[in-house]
Formats: sequence, C-alpha cells, structure tokens
Amino acid sequence: MSHVNVTLTVNGTEHTVSVHPMARLLDVLRTEVGLTGTKEGCGEGECGACSVFIDGVLTNACLVPVLSASGTTIQTVEGLEGAAETLGPLQQAFIETGGAQCGICTPGMLVAAASLLRRNPDPSDAQIREGLAGNLCRCTGYTRIVESVVDAARRMKEARS
Amino acid sequence: MRGYLPDYELRAPASVDEALETMAQAPGQWRPLAGGTDVMVELAAGKLPPGKFLSIWQLPELRGITLDDDHAILGALTTYSDVRDHAGMAAEYPMLVQAARESGAIAIQNRGTLGGNIVNASPAADSPPALLAYGAQIELASVRGRRWVDYRGFHTGYKQMGRQPDELLTRIRMPRTPGGAGALHDYRKVGTRKAQAISKVCLAALGRLDDGKVAYLRAGVGSVAPVPLDLVKTEAALLGKTLDAATIDAAVAVAEAEVTPIDDIRSTARYRAVVSRNLVRDFLTALAAGETGARVHD
Ligand SMILES: Cc1cc2nc3c(=O)[nH]c(=O)nc-3n(C[C@H](O)[C@H](O)[C@H](O)COP(=O)(O)OP(=O)(O)OC[C@H]3O[C@@H](n4cnc5c(N)ncnc54)[C@H](O)[C@@H]3O)c2cc1C
Ligand code: FES
Ligand code: FES
Repeated sequence: MSHVNVTLTVNGTEHTVSVHPMARLLDVLRTEVGLTGTKEGCGEGECGACSVFIDGVLTNACLVPVLSASGTTIQTVEGLEGAAETLGPLQQAFIETGGAQCGICTPGMLVAAASLLRRNPDPSDAQIREGLAGNLCRCTGYTRIVESVVDAARRMKEARS
Repeated sequence: MRGYLPDYELRAPASVDEALETMAQAPGQWRPLAGGTDVMVELAAGKLPPGKFLSIWQLPELRGITLDDDHAILGALTTYSDVRDHAGMAAEYPMLVQAARESGAIAIQNRGTLGGNIVNASPAADSPPALLAYGAQIELASVRGRRWVDYRGFHTGYKQMGRQPDELLTRIRMPRTPGGAGALHDYRKVGTRKAQAISKVCLAALGRLDDGKVAYLRAGVGSVAPVPLDLVKTEAALLGKTLDAATIDAAVAVAEAEVTPIDDIRSTARYRAVVSRNLVRDFLTALAAGETGARVHD
C-alpha cells in the first residue's frame, strides 16, 4: 500500500508527513519529525521507553499506527515543560536525585512522571510506583526514580507557592 | 522479526457506517484496529498475518459511557482508563473497575479497549469474567443491521465467537444494580505479581443472599478453559440453597469439575484448578458470612 499524508502537531509545530499508514508513531517521530528523544526498548508495550502524550493522554508510541494519530497533538520528552533551553523541576530532580543512569528509560520515565504529576501533584510512593509501572529501568533499581518524582513534586509545589 | 509494512493496508473510515460498508464489501478481509494494544504487538512480533485493517480509534460514535434506567452502556472503544475514571462504574460495577485497574499499566489502560479485549478473545483476558458476571450483552453491527446478543455464550471455542466477519462490535451494556441491592462483588486476579502480569486465574463472582438462601449468583473465570468461562453448573448447584458448609463443599467440587485448565508457560493445570477452587470457596464463605458490596483484596 502506498504512503498517505498524515498531519500531526508535535510540541507545538505542525508536521505533515508522507508515510505508510501502519508505520508506528514511534518511528515517524524519530525518523520523519527528527525527534529522537522518544526511545524504543521493547517495541511491544511493556517498557514505556516510547511514552508520549497524544492529546494529553499518556501512550506507548510503539503501539500506535500513525494513521490512528492523524490530526492529534503530540507532546514528546523534548516538549515537556522546561525541556528546551533550561531544564524544568522534573528533569532537575531526576539529575540531582539520581533518577537517571544510562538514560535509555529516562525520556519515558519523565513523560510518565509528568503524566502522573498532572493528574496528582502530590502522589504517595505507592501511587508513583503505579504511575510508573509501565516503565522499565535496568539500571537504577527504581528507588532513585521514585525519590526523583517525590523531589520533583516538592520542587513544583515550591514553584507554585 | 517485525511485520513488513507493505504487506498491510490501513484505512480510517470517517464513520461507523463507512466502516460497515467497507467490511461488507469483502467480509473477513478487513479487520478493525481499535487501540492496537493486541494487533500492534502481533505486528512487532512478526505474527500479524498480512491483511487489511480499519482504524476505528477516532470514531466518536464508539466512545463514551452512559447510564439509562435499565443499563450502563459502554461504547466499544471504552478504555480501561475510561472505566476507572467513571464514578458510576465504581458505584455499580466495581469488578469491571478492578479488572481495568489490573490490566496492564497506565499507558495500556489509556489505549486498550473493552471491544478489543472481547474480540481478541484471549481466555486469559481480564475484563470478560467481570462482563460475564454482570450479565453483559454486546451489540454487533453490520450493513444488515444491529443486534444485541448475550455475552454469555458469545465465545464458542478458542478464539471463536458468534460474530460474523463483517460485524463490528459497537456497544456493551450491563443491567443496572447487577445482582440486586446487597449483592457481593468479588474480583480476584491471580498472576505472577501484582503489576503488569498476565493472569494465571481470574475470578469475577457476583452473588446475593435472601433470607440466608442464594437468590442470585453469576461467576466468570479466566485462564481455565479455551474461552472465558461461565460457572453455569456451580450457579445451578447453589441457587435457592442455604449456604452451609456442606453446600459450599459441594459447590466447590462442582466448580473444580467445571474448569478445564491446561499447562502453559504461565502456570499448570493443577495450580489453576486448585486456585479456582480456593477462589470460589473464599467468595462463597464471604457471601455466607453476610459480606456485601465490593470485596477489596489490596
Ligand atoms: C503491555 C501489555 C499489557 C497488557 N495487559 C493486559 C492485561 O493485564 N489484561 C488483559 O486482559 N489484556 C492485557 N493486554 C492486552 C490488550 O491490551 C487488551 O486485550 C486490550 O483490551 C485490547 O484492546 P485494543 O483496543 O487495543 O485491541 P486491538 O489490538 O485494536 O484489537 C484486538 C482485536 O480485536 C478486534 N477488534 C477491536 N475492536 C473491535 C470492534 N469494535 N469490533 C470488532 N473487532 C474489534 C481487532 O480486529 C483485533 O482482532 C495487554 C497488552 C499489552 C501490550
Ligand atoms: S518501546 Fe514502546 S513500550 Fe517498549
Ligand atoms: S537508567 Fe538505564 S534503564 Fe533506566
């Protein structure tokens, strides 16, 4: 089947790409839009490295055929608050609290953590673990990641008050 | 190896009617693609047969949860997150909410749909037992019209079901106040660990006592048969009976005979039979003790 034109608004910029309709949103973001922050770990919905927001909803980009995302607004790790020039409290917390080691899971962790904190600005450890249950990390042992999210929530609260 | 994209076709119909017309032109050739959390995994694994797909994800007609006097009606594209976030679901259908909470992680819950879970027809799926216990019906639509069928009996064999190749599942409905006021709702998923594990056994049981006698009982079990299983014989053995120790023992024996689990990579037939028996006993014991409402197992 031939390619189709699909329009996506990614981190505030509209892109029209000519792609196979079944191409994964993950690949379209990385190769057509040129945003390689979104990673591939498993390619089957288990690891969360490919987490993005589609119309504000946390989604695994490896499971989305691009045609099903036609006309949507997408936010990737590059488009998270504070990610462009200076880092925001979430990224800063991951750096200072040791939430990132090799870094392959980090974009997905940040997006999933942002999703959690938008819904619940003051999550318990159990809620953090539930919110990040779809994100696998083979380096940190998770404790530092949970602490980073707690730290981020604290920084965000301070910034609000 | 991942599937080769040129082997596939994907279209996005603008309406349900357009989807049905396309499916009618070549019955069985066009498969719906909803959240893609089953289909795209097969594609990734190189197990998706080449073919044609219709993306229905963006059809608003298939979304939304509404409650009328008689039913809760859920669009086929209702996601696990939609179920979790709906206050009316928690109030009357706690077992479906629990199934939704325990199906994958948040990103999967945001994308996986009830319609996809039903038609994917895995015997290990987590929402079918709850839908069976709640006496759900499903609406199947084609260019020939729409029909409601009982979900009980829909799955006829492993991955076989009473859906014509040109039919789209459009809605699911469940009677209001299932089991009647004062019913006990008990959902138990047993897996390797709590988060992100496929079930080894999963039971959804709904029962009510009236004057100490079983006035209502319906139960569905996952991963113990080629289909999501209804415990029809166990139900028949209990209706109208006083729930004493002997009756419970007898009913548990019927339940154990009713399940036909197999050994596979996740568990063994023996383990599944024992767990099914124990879950049924535990539920009946709680019912006999006068528990009502949603049982919590956290
Ligand atoms: C990481 C991960 C974890 C998971 N965890 C669980 C779990 O814990 N429990 C569980 O039960 N499942 C689980 N699943 C499986 C999957 O998420 C569910 O089965 C989900 O409900 C499928 O819905 P979907 O919309 O994504 O289906 P799709 O992949 O879009 O479709 C699945 C099948 O249903 C058909 N179909 C879909 N919608 C319709 C319709 N309206 N009419 C007719 N046919 C239709 C499709 O043609 C296809 O054959 C998991 C999947 C992943 C990737
Ligand atoms: S790459 Fe998408 S979940 Fe692992
Ligand atoms: S930091 Fe290496 S996988 Fe998480």
